[in-house]
Amino acid sequence: MSLLQARGVVGGYGEADILNGVDLTVAPGQVVVIIGANGAGKSTAMKAIAGLVRVRLGSITFDGADITNRPAEEMVGRGLAYVPQERNVFASLTVEENLRMGAYVRPSATALGLERAYATFPDLVGKRRAAAGSLSGGQRQMVAVGRALMLAPKLVMLDEPTAGLSPKFCNLIFHRVRAIAAQGIAVLMVEQNARPALAIADRGVVLAMGRNRFEDAGTAVAANPEIGRMFLGG
Amino acid sequence: MLELVNFYLIPGLVLGAIYALAAVGVSLIYGVMRFANFAHGDLMTFGAYAALFFVAGFGISPWAALPLAILATIPVALAADRAFFQPLRRSAPAVLLISSFGVALMIRAVVYLAYGPSPESYTRGFTPPVFLGEIRFQLRHLYILAGALLVAFAVHLLLAHTRAGRAMRAMADDPDLARVTGVPVAGVIRLTWAVAAALAAIAGVFLAIDTELTPMLGFNVLLAAFAGAILGGIGRPWGAALGGLILGLAEELSSYPWLGEGPLLEPTYKAGVAFAVLVLVLIFRPQGLFRGVG
Repeated sequence: MSLLQARGVVGGYGEADILNGVDLTVAPGQVVVIIGANGAGKSTAMKAIAGLVRVRLGSITFDGADITNRPAEEMVGRGLAYVPQERNVFASLTVEENLRMGAYVRPSATALGLERAYATFPDLVGKRRAAAGSLSGGQRQMVAVGRALMLAPKLVMLDEPTAGLSPKFCNLIFHRVRAIAAQGIAVLMVEQNARPALAIADRGVVLAMGRNRFEDAGTAVAANPEIGRMFLGG
Repeated sequence: MLELVNFYLIPGLVLGAIYALAAVGVSLIYGVMRFANFAHGDLMTFGAYAALFFVAGFGISPWAALPLAILATIPVALAADRAFFQPLRRSAPAVLLISSFGVALMIRAVVYLAYGPSPESYTRGFTPPVFLGEIRFQLRHLYILAGALLVAFAVHLLLAHTRAGRAMRAMADDPDLARVTGVPVAGVIRLTWAVAAALAAIAGVFLAIDTELTPMLGFNVLLAAFAGAILGGIGRPWGAALGGLILGLAEELSSYPWLGEGPLLEPTYKAGVAFAVLVLVLIFRPQGLFRGVG
């Protein structure tokens, strides 16, 4: 039984379709990585699932419920958390206020969530009163992921969590992604940093021009010579 | 020195406190909804006249009428949002700005219809000043300052220490991210209108207590409210409060005879001070004292 299932999703912003038929399946506790060239529709696919992009055709079901074109604000309550690529923290709010926002829909879970977030990212403890906008890119990413994990979701979607980060932070993030999955939280991740991401993924999906191009086990995608040549830089 | 305090500093603080309340309202709306609300001045006017209705009708003091004026002004803002701003939620900021101008004219027309163009006042006659040693002031000025301080503190508590306030600030930072974290956007927008309308009513009644009621009461200080909001960093309520206070002080202190005998700036030109500050801020520090929202 899959947790997330997107079937033949077509949609985009305004008149133009960016997605021309995307299928995605994520099972509970699985790590699924989406790769593809710029403009392939990776981020748009995630936004469609998150309710930020209109789906014109196709369907998305999550945890047994149809969530196609449901408002973005109800997703977190269903156990579907999303971390956008850019602007993924509230810059003028403190680190702790950002984390609290992650439990907005269930305030009673705040204390437990904060405890978990600081345990996952101990670096944030000393920064709890700092404005999130004053942090480095890596620290912001920790705040964003910590915020998404506040309510212990069933699935967390990460849009290029390692973009612009130093190799040290990239490894830390990938390491944490595995740790998150080990707690039974499924992870759907878009990554430019494709090889190390596929190495930790259960499944890899290659998108091209808004369509599924290839799909296999993470390591098998990385090992595929044609995919390697076209999408992974040889 | 005493002259400076009695005739320039105290009135400047009072005017600054009123501007601050108006600027915070403008800034809240801008932060959450991303448009310059030109109807804010006329919401102030509406609040002031709503208080007059209760003052004249039931013979109560304008201070007692203030809560009633707030309760009368909030539905006006919510109705304007439902009728005009909500259908335009995804439109360009310029479209919303022009619409707010239309709403401003409608509210003003209602005030003209009900009370006509002649100035009105909450009280008749002259109230003698109170002396504190050599310092003299009107008791109402003291009440206005204390009231503004209390309101500013209440807004601070709301924004910094409540779940709803955090949601408002989160919306101001990034509406899409707020939506993703489960913030009910429509509800937060309604709350923001209610708070802004309450602030407008309070600022309007205070201004009318300090001066007199005319249908142009609020619109006449709208530029100062915007200048204060921009000076503080648009969308940043704490900055707006400081910006408004600075502007009120600047306006009053500009006509003190700092150099030589005559006033530095003829009092007739006072209104130009807000404009000058606005131009200078936009040239030298367009992001405001505190970085404004995008």
